[in-house]
Amino acid sequence: MSKLDLSYLIDHRGHVWALTVDHIELSLTALVIALPIAIVLGVLAVRFRPLSWPILTLVGILYTIPSLAFLAFLIPSAGIGRKPALIILVVYAQVFLVRNIITGLNGVNPDTLEAARGVGMTGAQVFWKVWLPLALPVIIAGIRIALVTIIGIASITAWINAGGLGDLLFVGINRDYPAMVLAGVVAIVALALVTDLGIRLIEWLTPVARARRAGGA
Amino acid sequence: MERTISTDDLSSHADSEHHGSAVRLENVTKRYGDDSLPAVDDVSLTIDPGELVILLGPSGSGKTTLLKMINRLYEPTSGQIWIDNTEVHDLKPPQLRRHIGYVIQQSGLFPHMRVADNIAVVPKLLGWDKKRIARRVDELLALVDLPPQTYRRRYPSQLSGGEQQRVGLARALAAEPTTMLMDEPFGALDAITRAHLQDELLRIHRQLEQTVLFVTHDIEEAVRLAQKIVVMRDGRVVQYDTPVRIVTQPANEFVAELVGADDVLRRMSLLPVDLAIEPLAHFAANGVPEISRDSYLRDALSQLVESGADHLVVVDNNDHPVGALSLESIQRAAAPPEHPATPAAVAD
Repeated sequence: MSKLDLSYLIDHRGHVWALTVDHIELSLTALVIALPIAIVLGVLAVRFRPLSWPILTLVGILYTIPSLAFLAFLIPSAGIGRKPALIILVVYAQVFLVRNIITGLNGVNPDTLEAARGVGMTGAQVFWKVWLPLALPVIIAGIRIALVTIIGIASITAWINAGGLGDLLFVGINRDYPAMVLAGVVAIVALALVTDLGIRLIEWLTPVARARRAGGA
Repeated sequence: MERTISTDDLSSHADSEHHGSAVRLENVTKRYGDDSLPAVDDVSLTIDPGELVILLGPSGSGKTTLLKMINRLYEPTSGQIWIDNTEVHDLKPPQLRRHIGYVIQQSGLFPHMRVADNIAVVPKLLGWDKKRIARRVDELLALVDLPPQTYRRRYPSQLSGGEQQRVGLARALAAEPTTMLMDEPFGALDAITRAHLQDELLRIHRQLEQTVLFVTHDIEEAVRLAQKIVVMRDGRVVQYDTPVRIVTQPANEFVAELVGADDVLRRMSLLPVDLAIEPLAHFAANGVPEISRDSYLRDALSQLVESGADHLVVVDNNDHPVGALSLESIQRAAAPPEHPATPAAVAD
């Protein structure tokens, strides 16, 4: 048997595709829950500077907890399945989302914001027309790293029956079925790469990136 | 608290003549924190409609704080600020600011917007229709001497520092404000570009006649642009007068030192040749070097030295001779100022 046995991927492409869709669903659900939490934390840290150190430290520490230990720790309280998986993915995503939201918003030149107020924008207009658009590339980069990380960790949560492509890894290992494991690996890597590229494209389309390209910088 | 007041008197109407507003400060004080020295200390000031007034002073003198209280980026601790018949606190800040042009140093442009969108910001906030905005943008680009076809679609990062400031000026002028606030707008530019933009500002001001308040710490710039100069120190107005009087009759040692009134070459570079002009009748006019009436005494002196002539003929913009200058007349005009602060001869 060759090391790159793609027979499972080819013969069971319907099953692999279903698991991929499941994986995407789990990852996007986690992102959709994680983002509003991160926005609240990030905006809090930007508006009240003294909060920014404790918030960043907290999300940093949570990220250092090893994922299997975290899962095992959650089983008594949250059981198994989607719920504990989502908790973990949401927690791990915070560090990238919060950090980039803070960096992005704080990175906008205060003089530019004062100019925006100076020409007569309301607080909301300053935020939506100037502050957020200028911070957007950094924030989107945070979303990209967070989502790729989520996709990776979501393959481990299959261990507690959360579904997704991780199933192929765990079942394949249990049954000593390398072609099944390989199918899982290929699908997960492909999904991560496509996601990364797709979000890079969105970054490339933001007004700031467009202006930067035009400026030749 | 905030009454709804029409902003009509803050903007001129499109079809009427463009005139400046009167700006009046009454006992304006700004204190940061409770017991510190005030940044602006009980300033009262009246600026006539259409006047270009320079706020001049060292850093920390309160000139920028004073300027930013007019469009309410800072709130005064006490006092009133009137623009024509409107007290600025009777309007909501965004409402007020849309009718006051505001130009700052460097990064004032929005880097993610094209030149046309930067200029269109205020008209959009005011809800103008698209056609009117597009027309206005082109009009303004032409006014600041940037061909619209070339510049409309560029981003600020594609412009030189001088071009960026021209766009900043155009953006501030977009909604035809009758008052303009300029906070060291040319401070980051090289000397040549700065001189160009100063000329542009003077030309535009002559054309539109808005009231302009312009903050700088550069005395050359102040004298070049100002109809009147407000000299500030420690939050107070030390002298409010025409540039020539500030240089020839500084109110005290501080003003004299700030404007370099004791340095004869400095003084001569600030004083217009007009001050030394003598009737043409006393001099021969043939074959004598000419000097423009817009020049300064220093230019006249160097021309005298260089040409070896003993006098110059002063000509107006149409090359008509209007008078003459001699070394003696220049000497008289550039004589050192008397300092009222040095009581040399106090009578008992």
